[in-house]
Amino acid sequence: MTTTAEPTAGAEVGRARVRKEDARLITGRTRWTDNITLNGLLHIAMVRSPVAHARITGIDVEAARQLPGVVAVYTGADLDAEQSGIPCAWPINTADTPPRHVSIATDTVRFAGEIVAVVVARDAASAKDATEAVEVDYDPLEPVLDMEAALAEGSTLVHSDHGSNTWAFFPFDSVAAGATSGPTADEAIAAAEADPDAVVVTRRWRQQRLIPAFMEPRSVVVDPTTEQLTVWSSTQVPHVLRTMLGLTLGLPEHKLRVIAPDVGGGFGGKLQLTPEEILTVLVARRLARPVKWTETRSESLVSGHHGRDQIQDITVAARKDGSVTALKIELIADMGAYFGLFTPAIPIFGAFIGPAIYKFPSYLFTCTDVFTTKTPTDAYRGAGRPEVTFAVERIMDELAVELGRDPMDLRQQNWITNTEFPFTNAGGLTYDSGNYEAATAKAMELFDYAGLRLEQERRRQSGDPVQLGIGISTYTEMCGLAPSRLLGALGAGAGGWEHAAIRMLPTGKVEVVTGSSAHGQGHETAWSQIAADQLGVPFEDIEVLHGDTQVSPKGMDTYGSRSLPVGGTAVVKCAQRVVEKAKKVAAHLLEASEDDLEFTAGRFVVRGTDKGLAIQEVVFATFLSHNFPEGVEPSLDSEYTFDPENFSFPHGTHLAAMEVDTDTGRVTLRDYVCVDDVGAVVNPLIVDGQVHGGLAQGIAQALFEEAVYDEQGTLVTGTFVDYTIPSAADLPSFTTERTETPATTNPLGVKGVGEAGTIASTPAIVNGVLDAIRHLGVTQVEMPCTPQRVWRAIQDARGHATQETPIDTHSPGAGLGSIDPNNPQGEVQ
Amino acid sequence: MIPSAFDYVKPASVADAVTALRGGGEDATILAGGQSLLPVLRLRLAAPSLLVDLGGIPELRGVREDGDRIAIGAMTSYHDIVGDDLVRQHVALLAQATQTVADGQVRHLGTLGGSLAHADPAGDLGAVALALDAELVIAGASGSRTVTAAEFFVDYFTTAIGEGEILTEIRFPRYTGWGSHYEKFNRTAQAWSMVAVAAAIAVEGGTVAAARVGLTNMGTTPIRATGVEQALIGRPATPEAVRAAAEHATEGTAAPSDADAARDYREHLARVLTGRAVLAAAG
Repeated sequence: MTTTAEPTAGAEVGRARVRKEDARLITGRTRWTDNITLNGLLHIAMVRSPVAHARITGIDVEAARQLPGVVAVYTGADLDAEQSGIPCAWPINTADTPPRHVSIATDTVRFAGEIVAVVVARDAASAKDATEAVEVDYDPLEPVLDMEAALAEGSTLVHSDHGSNTWAFFPFDSVAAGATSGPTADEAIAAAEADPDAVVVTRRWRQQRLIPAFMEPRSVVVDPTTEQLTVWSSTQVPHVLRTMLGLTLGLPEHKLRVIAPDVGGGFGGKLQLTPEEILTVLVARRLARPVKWTETRSESLVSGHHGRDQIQDITVAARKDGSVTALKIELIADMGAYFGLFTPAIPIFGAFIGPAIYKFPSYLFTCTDVFTTKTPTDAYRGAGRPEVTFAVERIMDELAVELGRDPMDLRQQNWITNTEFPFTNAGGLTYDSGNYEAATAKAMELFDYAGLRLEQERRRQSGDPVQLGIGISTYTEMCGLAPSRLLGALGAGAGGWEHAAIRMLPTGKVEVVTGSSAHGQGHETAWSQIAADQLGVPFEDIEVLHGDTQVSPKGMDTYGSRSLPVGGTAVVKCAQRVVEKAKKVAAHLLEASEDDLEFTAGRFVVRGTDKGLAIQEVVFATFLSHNFPEGVEPSLDSEYTFDPENFSFPHGTHLAAMEVDTDTGRVTLRDYVCVDDVGAVVNPLIVDGQVHGGLAQGIAQALFEEAVYDEQGTLVTGTFVDYTIPSAADLPSFTTERTETPATTNPLGVKGVGEAGTIASTPAIVNGVLDAIRHLGVTQVEMPCTPQRVWRAIQDARGHATQETPIDTHSPGAGLGSIDPNNPQGEVQ
Repeated sequence: MIPSAFDYVKPASVADAVTALRGGGEDATILAGGQSLLPVLRLRLAAPSLLVDLGGIPELRGVREDGDRIAIGAMTSYHDIVGDDLVRQHVALLAQATQTVADGQVRHLGTLGGSLAHADPAGDLGAVALALDAELVIAGASGSRTVTAAEFFVDYFTTAIGEGEILTEIRFPRYTGWGSHYEKFNRTAQAWSMVAVAAAIAVEGGTVAAARVGLTNMGTTPIRATGVEQALIGRPATPEAVRAAAEHATEGTAAPSDADAARDYREHLARVLTGRAVLAAAG
């Protein structure tokens, strides 16, 4: 853990400053969207389909309309002419038109949770009450729940107008792409199969469906009474929202203002243009009154987009000496019922980073995007990269087992050495820098790798009921979305630049405007540190403004670990522009040549003299403009839009000591050590926080979380009691350390850290679980590795195959205790 | 969080509470600590017309000695039970089990009486009350009556508390000097028990002199593992003997089968956890 320090002097970047935004965020004495109240505000509640797939044969809203406080009730028929369809910014398949994603269903519902009616009332309780009076008749259709069955000929179609449940097939072949020469992955695998001195290892794994589970539920407030229609939304992407909302609804962009006030987490789950945003705008516009929608947690779990959900077929080929010859990653990815902004592209984000830190001479990635009648999937922390990282880090362990090698030793044999950078991987990405040896050496020492291997052997020998496993993940990832030209070449509907503006106020105080709108990351602190160093002004004199398109008109927002490498760099470049402008003014005031001026620690000094001016003095002189150089604009304010030339590539070595109680199947994470290389560090406290939270989410995928649907297509993990998120009590104290190999592609040398912990940790945990019980004959435990799954795997391996009793309730004795929310009748006293 | 509309009263005495409850009829519900009821209201799984809040009745809170019994007011919070010296000394198993309930925030609000009256088979404290032969005092219009824990738990979410009645006190015999342990198995630290075992053991001269074992979430009510108790008595408190006795743990159970634990796995856990609970209790 980093200790906090309140600095007194010297460089700001690198200091463990306590976050300046935390007091208001933690106490809640701030502007969450739901805290916003406007004169005449009306409230919306959604009527959602309880069934996964059905034709709507009738909706009776009359009873609801008559209830006290109800202002209006709308159905799809009422709003369809205005609602358009939610756009997909990255469809992958460009030959077909994506199925229309309606915000409110018109004739068919395609997932349980889809909106079928909107109730508007004077208060939220009346709106909620009235939802229960809306009568909807459904003519059930076959739900489409299993991805492979959905692909089969004759399957019920989710979108009959598309004619197939397959949306896209995306291949990346390293030879065809020019990233490798020589045989293709398929050729190399075929050759290895025929070669007695080679091995081929093939495995099938499932990436279970996950729910982003941000802390602040989503909320939207729309005020149509101002000249610019104003939308407050708990969103990660106010700028994207403004543009997309305008395009979708035909609203002129200059007549739209979007504000993301303080936003309580997102994890990708608020990187979206949502049906609820569209409907709140439509209702507010129609009634010419301000309107608010705030979701309940149950609503959030069923209707906010989900993440992951893939079937992975992974093949690795290697010579028996351990050197790898081919990697093949074949994915089937569940889109759910409709596309959000990036749905079909999410699994593809993993395509290029699949080879990870290894020198695969051939590589093939394919992904098949499939529709099902489930909640749409889209970005969730890591978005595509956790999936392929899991695949490659798990298959390296499987290969090590096949070859009888130590899994770290095998990795080292195949990874890119620190003298080989820049290195172009088999996915076509050029890694600018890295030092896998240094991070690994440090991690293994902190972890006592050798000592734990001895303990593991002792426990095996003694037949200890608690077995020890060591899990490894030596990941890399691609951050800093993204070079705009590259995004364009890949078919994305947007660029990846970021914008910053700096306003030098007359009294020497500074406003830093960023297009990278934070939702919990601590940008206000980190950007202040960066600007303080660049401008030589005190940290306290800087205010960071973001999240309101009136204040910060340009931006591409916060996701993909992009804020610091892209948005932070924009702040640096922008500050440099301010200094350049100030230098001209200072030279004039000091009657010196610009070339003779030095700028250090906030002062322009004539080299070799004690003559100088503080930047604040230059700012004030500019404000006055009484004595100003001829032909120079009297302003130091500057803007900069930074477009990165490449991604950044954090990497690290994560080691997990897993204990498995073979009597109960209970898995306990005993110790976790990670050494991450996220480049230069602006604020170690924030970096540690990101790593801790990221680890918790990645470990949660391995051990705790799963969105489960029943055979009717109902989400049965519909509350936080059934969707089991771990708390601090379920996790050990992490050992988080760093190596710092600066990125060469930005002036700060930073790489991004938001997703690293999540991407790295899932395979480390599962590798550790299997390492603990593989000697018992267990080769596979599906995620999440629940006690029951682990116990059954051990029983099966020991030849005591268990006969699992059929499930008779969907409440896992957790939930509301034993109450099954999907079938509560007669059970509640 | 928007429950259906309801009326709310906060009486200052048990008598007033009973009157309010009877006036509200069958749609009236008691609000104790709210830790089970509020989620149910929030999800609109129940829509009572009247909530009778017992939070304004001081006599329902606190722990006292009453002859050979330790008497605990029904509205005593989990937090207060965990920290109470009388409970820790004489009914240690209750303190141990209560410490495992949910998290600190829930333990400050949730109450012993509320938990028992809710009678969720996954709740932790029913098995303790049953194993320790607690008596439950129920107040109604015609005064108070006392039932044993064995009589109290009737079925899934169903107790001996009748319409218009209120659980006011839980009385435990003293188990001073007994060893005890609550062995809980759940998915996450804050989750409900998948299976848990409450054990209190008196060991004399290396032999089990008396044993009380209760099971959580192995049926529609808490279950007394009498087969285990009988198999333990008179036997040495060795791992072998205890494990042999624990094989009886599933007798008389009807465990639920759900996604986290199918019945066969629950039964396996009940045996393993019973062995662990008893061994830990026997020290």
